[in-house]
Amino acid sequence: MSGADAQTNTEASNDARLRYLLRLGDTSLVLGQRLGEWVGHSPALEEDLGLANLALDLVGQARLLLTYAAEIEGKGRDEDALAFFRDAPQFTNLTLAEQPNGDFAQTMVRQFLIDAWQLEIYEGLASSTDTRLAAIATKALKETRYHFRFSSSWLVRLGDGTEESHRRAQNAIDGVWRFTDELFAADEVDEQMAAAGVAPRLTDLQPRWSARIDEVLREATLRRPANVSYQWHGKRGVHTEHLGHMLTEMQHLQRTYPGAQW
Amino acid sequence: MYTQALDSLGKDCLPGGSADSAALEARFQARVDADEKIEPKDWMPDAYRQTLIRQISQHAHSEIVGMLPEGNWITRAPTLRRKAVLIAKVQDEGGHGMYLYSAAETLGISREQMIEQLLAGTAKYSSIFNYPTLTWADIGAVGWLVDGAAIMNQIPICRCSYGPYARAMVRICKEESFHQRQGFEIMLALARGTPEQHQMAQDALNRWWWPSIMMFGPSDTESKHTAQSMRWKIKRFTNDELRQKFIDITAPQAEFLGLRIPDAQLRKEEGSEHYHFGTIDWSEFQAVLKGNGPCNRERLEARRSAHDDGRWVREAAAAHAEKQRARTAKAA
Repeated sequence: MSGADAQTNTEASNDARLRYLLRLGDTSLVLGQRLGEWVGHSPALEEDLGLANLALDLVGQARLLLTYAAEIEGKGRDEDALAFFRDAPQFTNLTLAEQPNGDFAQTMVRQFLIDAWQLEIYEGLASSTDTRLAAIATKALKETRYHFRFSSSWLVRLGDGTEESHRRAQNAIDGVWRFTDELFAADEVDEQMAAAGVAPRLTDLQPRWSARIDEVLREATLRRPANVSYQWHGKRGVHTEHLGHMLTEMQHLQRTYPGAQW
Repeated sequence: MYTQALDSLGKDCLPGGSADSAALEARFQARVDADEKIEPKDWMPDAYRQTLIRQISQHAHSEIVGMLPEGNWITRAPTLRRKAVLIAKVQDEGGHGMYLYSAAETLGISREQMIEQLLAGTAKYSSIFNYPTLTWADIGAVGWLVDGAAIMNQIPICRCSYGPYARAMVRICKEESFHQRQGFEIMLALARGTPEQHQMAQDALNRWWWPSIMMFGPSDTESKHTAQSMRWKIKRFTNDELRQKFIDITAPQAEFLGLRIPDAQLRKEEGSEHYHFGTIDWSEFQAVLKGNGPCNRERLEARRSAHDDGRWVREAAAAHAEKQRARTAKAA
């Protein structure tokens, strides 16, 4: 391989790496932002603390991932420039993460599905050839184990609780299941990252995710909806209407006072 | 040391005016005077118990209601670092509420009862949280001034005669002083920022200054609980002493920030460390206390809806726990 080819390859791989990091960082940021909306309004004090804890971890993950992404991008941006000065089409979070909180069951279902996904992703990334990403993933994995315990135990309580909670939990799963189509739909970014040993191969993770979901749903006496094809993927910048509103709120100060330091 | 089980306490064992009760009270007061800690199972006058329940539960409710004005800015914090710090801060407030409810529970009241009193509007919380957080600078002002005033009030409670309350306060004060520094740091960034940011900081100080100094409560001549609470060492300083101390510490900080405290009469007294300050408009304090502040209705409404909307979730958790118990019993 000539020097020029190697250079092109590195650039191509850096572009994929940047896009991959943004996807992970945006997913954590958007989900953390959603959970932040709950603080002070949860069903009980313990849940307020729990949800705040999850939000805090996710924002922390987003900061590490976006900072790294900004460095790879090399355009002088930082975590805040990426969080506050990109519009919805430039955000590449999972569509599931941006779905509104709804009731507590909807929040817990969204959390549970993403926690289970992040568990697999971070576990794979912990042995990434990218040592910085591996270190971020190792830290995030510990946090995500706790998140999954929190969300899955709530799913069981809601599913196997009262008639009302069961109905709400089932409705919540039915309502968002189509967005799980995106979780393991590999595209060229995922392929390149897997080929370079940076990221785990999504097709390898799906069976484990699926088994984990089934195990909890069984205990929760909830029904797994049939898979449907859903091709509007947030990780490619194609979102639901909800993201724009979330960003309007999140970016308000930075957009109103551009250039100010906070 | 004289101790007695909690369940045999209360008004029944305290025949008013009897020789026994007078002796118990004298012994209790002697222990307080000797700076001994009163513990949950120790005998205590019913009025001491009731005063503590009132004070600790009000304090707990203030932490919980206080999550609302600050939580109002979690989704709009201007940087990711500020967002993380604010989430952690609001989470700490919830944690404080939890330890304080637990401390109050040692006096024979349940958290559920206390929350019912809050939602029914019969229990109070700090009036300061009935003011709105209108701009990001309010998050700075709340940390700097409101947490600053709270610390001033709370540090002496670390030496309160009632053990569980004193111990809860030690941990709370550590976290509060961290919050106060974070608030000051927000103000500093704004005060040294763009002209618009500086104005935002000044506007927040204008709105939060007087409510903050009212947090110390009515003047000593008007305060109905101070004398007894000081005898019981629940309170160590009077409202006016603490207010003066707060102003003496805060006025130079405002100067450092380059912000003007909205009190034309504020000036350092000649040859003294103390600041002279203007007359407090107690009619505003009374209005907010009576429920006519800017956000009294919204705050209580937010707590009530969280409680009502969360009922089915709490019921689900209870129902599941019950099913689990039944299954375990059947398997055994």
